[in-house]
Amino acid sequence: MKKIRTHSDFERIKQEYLKKSSGRTIVLRTCLSTGCRSQKSVAVSEALWSSIEKKGLQDKIEIKQTGCHGFCEMGPIMVVEPQNIFYKKVTPDDTDEIIEMAANGGGVIDRLLWKDPVTKETVKCERELPLYKNQKKNVTYKSGRIDPKDIRDYIAAGGYEALIKVISTMTPDEVIDEIIASGLRGRGGGGFPTGVKWKICSESPGDIKYIIANGDEGDPGAFMDRSLMEGDPHSIIEGMIIGAYAIGAVQGFIYVRDEYPIAIDHLSGAITDAEEYGFLGNNILDSGFSLSLKIKRGAGAFVCGEETALIISIEGRSGMPRSRPPYPAVEGLWGKPTVINNVETFGNVPLIISRGREWYADTGTKNSKGTKVFSLVGKVRNTGLVEVEMGTTLREIVFDIGGGIRRDRSFKAVQTGGPSGGCIPMSRIDMPVDYDSLREAGAIMGSGGIIVMDETSCMVDVARYFVGFLMGESCGKCVPCREGLQQMYRILENISEGNGEEGDIDALLEVGQFMKTTSLCGLGGTASNPVLSTLRHFKSEYESHIFEKKCTAGVCKNLFDYYIDDKLCTGCSLCRIKCPEKAIEGKKKEPHVLDKAKCIKCSICFNSCKYGAILIT
Amino acid sequence: MDAQVLDRILDKYAYRHSDIIEIMQDVQRIENYLPMESLSYISERLELNLARIYDIATFYKAFSLKPRGKHVIKVCCGTACHLSGASQSLDQITRQLGIEEGETTEDRMFSLETVNCLGACALAPVVVIGAEYHDSADANKIDKLLSGYKVNGESTD
Repeated sequence: MKKIRTHSDFERIKQEYLKKSSGRTIVLRTCLSTGCRSQKSVAVSEALWSSIEKKGLQDKIEIKQTGCHGFCEMGPIMVVEPQNIFYKKVTPDDTDEIIEMAANGGGVIDRLLWKDPVTKETVKCERELPLYKNQKKNVTYKSGRIDPKDIRDYIAAGGYEALIKVISTMTPDEVIDEIIASGLRGRGGGGFPTGVKWKICSESPGDIKYIIANGDEGDPGAFMDRSLMEGDPHSIIEGMIIGAYAIGAVQGFIYVRDEYPIAIDHLSGAITDAEEYGFLGNNILDSGFSLSLKIKRGAGAFVCGEETALIISIEGRSGMPRSRPPYPAVEGLWGKPTVINNVETFGNVPLIISRGREWYADTGTKNSKGTKVFSLVGKVRNTGLVEVEMGTTLREIVFDIGGGIRRDRSFKAVQTGGPSGGCIPMSRIDMPVDYDSLREAGAIMGSGGIIVMDETSCMVDVARYFVGFLMGESCGKCVPCREGLQQMYRILENISEGNGEEGDIDALLEVGQFMKTTSLCGLGGTASNPVLSTLRHFKSEYESHIFEKKCTAGVCKNLFDYYIDDKLCTGCSLCRIKCPEKAIEGKKKEPHVLDKAKCIKCSICFNSCKYGAILIT
Repeated sequence: MDAQVLDRILDKYAYRHSDIIEIMQDVQRIENYLPMESLSYISERLELNLARIYDIATFYKAFSLKPRGKHVIKVCCGTACHLSGASQSLDQITRQLGIEEGETTEDRMFSLETVNCLGACALAPVVVIGAEYHDSADANKIDKLLSGYKVNGESTD
């Protein structure tokens, strides 16, 4: 009988599981999340099993197939416990040796250790890696440590204790008070106080109420929510159940992008298991409170991340936003009061309940409490998932955790907040990252993508990219967004193609401001941010595109040329062989020459030259 | 698509209008696109206006009303991928296969699509062929990547 009714049932199941796994003292944590999986981690995991069987070590070594560890770039990733040895880029050929070493409790395989690209020193332990040691993992702590497909592993790690505490000792109002006092703000981008949202919904009249988790992580360059859904699905479900109890919801939905098949799989399994154990369904933990949860798959529409559009999509229509108020907390799904929070927000809830409001409010800044998970990507040395205390500076994130810029190039900017966000230049690198300071700098927290750009990133192109992205995603319902994006895109395209004119910058500013104040929903209201923020911090780059017809980053094809530096060229011929247009000529071991007339600027030579001899003019 | 298969899908969702997106996703998963006859059938059985179904099919990017190739190539054009040269990779695939984004090769082997972000940003630029993710797929690597599929229809990567 798995159904849990009392606290002693819960303790019994937890102790049984802990006892069962206590014999196997060596644990290999292997990542099976999207990042590592695409680098063939499934094959590694299978090879580990057969190595263990071959040596008859099934009773001694446990393989734990976990979710994301965060250092996706180094996948397939593996950690050997108890020594905490971190192995990167593991292949099936390495597994016999790994098992051998682990069983003997001794050695380390040097070639699989992470090597600092600057100091060339290897690091043995996971906790010593620069990417991890400067983080504060609260919400993502369990991801990478537990098996997301085994509810008992979540329970053994302290899971569902918060739910039991809520149901056995707290009234719904007490839960809401606790969340308000913790200072938790929405992690999806808006930053609205979560407890206040819950309170409004709780006080709104309605026979039925709904709770929704927004897992439609549409911002390009962001994957925190995917990692959390894949690596620790129960924490989101537990947070939702607590939220539903607080507002009096009987049904809930988790809206997940269709592009995240593993997240959908893990969440579906987690819902089934939670029902089986009595955390979901009728009469949860014998309390009289009931909740059913269902997954809704998105279908590739960015605008559905906007809450009113998402709700309409759940209802089975094209997700076009509507104007607010009324806010969903008053009138949401099928016209009923609805709480809709981001999945990371729900992931924070069990922690607040378990450890208390004071513990939570103790981290972070004055108006932004707790931690935030970011996906650190782009031209930075260590890319991956990072969780830091609110108020950590950008410099710490990019240089201490991220290890600085790749290929020793120079830092240009970071872009935060996805297409609604903005770019922050070097002069603001010491800014603490929280909701208010980001907004003040012309960017936003957004869902948490931090994209690092270097000297080879063109800011006009970045603005054109985001405007083009949003132009494709605008639902077309309101004029400022639909027409404004088209006009901005046309101007930006002209500038990047070398047809920019005097007055273009003023026109961009005017259209951008107009869209900000008159668009129907958040998408249009923030759509000009990438343009306005790049204009604010990188105006000279626009000017050199318009007046000098130059793109020094080497991105806008009409505004630069490649050439080969005859002093740096070794005559290896790699570029000549790779060039699809046969635009490069030269004899072996002699400097090569690039024919500009034939060059289509496909970048193949630029990226394949090992000597940095292909330059941009 | 077989009426029986469609009925099974409709049964699975208890003929709920609110699950129309899921129903269409299930059809597309089997057929690789949304055949017009299947949509008409669904409209009839659900007593749901065909215009609404068509609206959904054209609003959401994941749906295709045209048949797609054996291997659907999805070039991720998320921010991290864009900065790492996704558009050059896309150009190179276009040159290699002779099709533009949204088109299918004449032999129905490949369809070329772009997606906004696959959430695998640490591996940028990412190209997905079928269900297989390929990391660091810059323009440089495209020819090798595609030739694996052209030779034996499966990846050799």
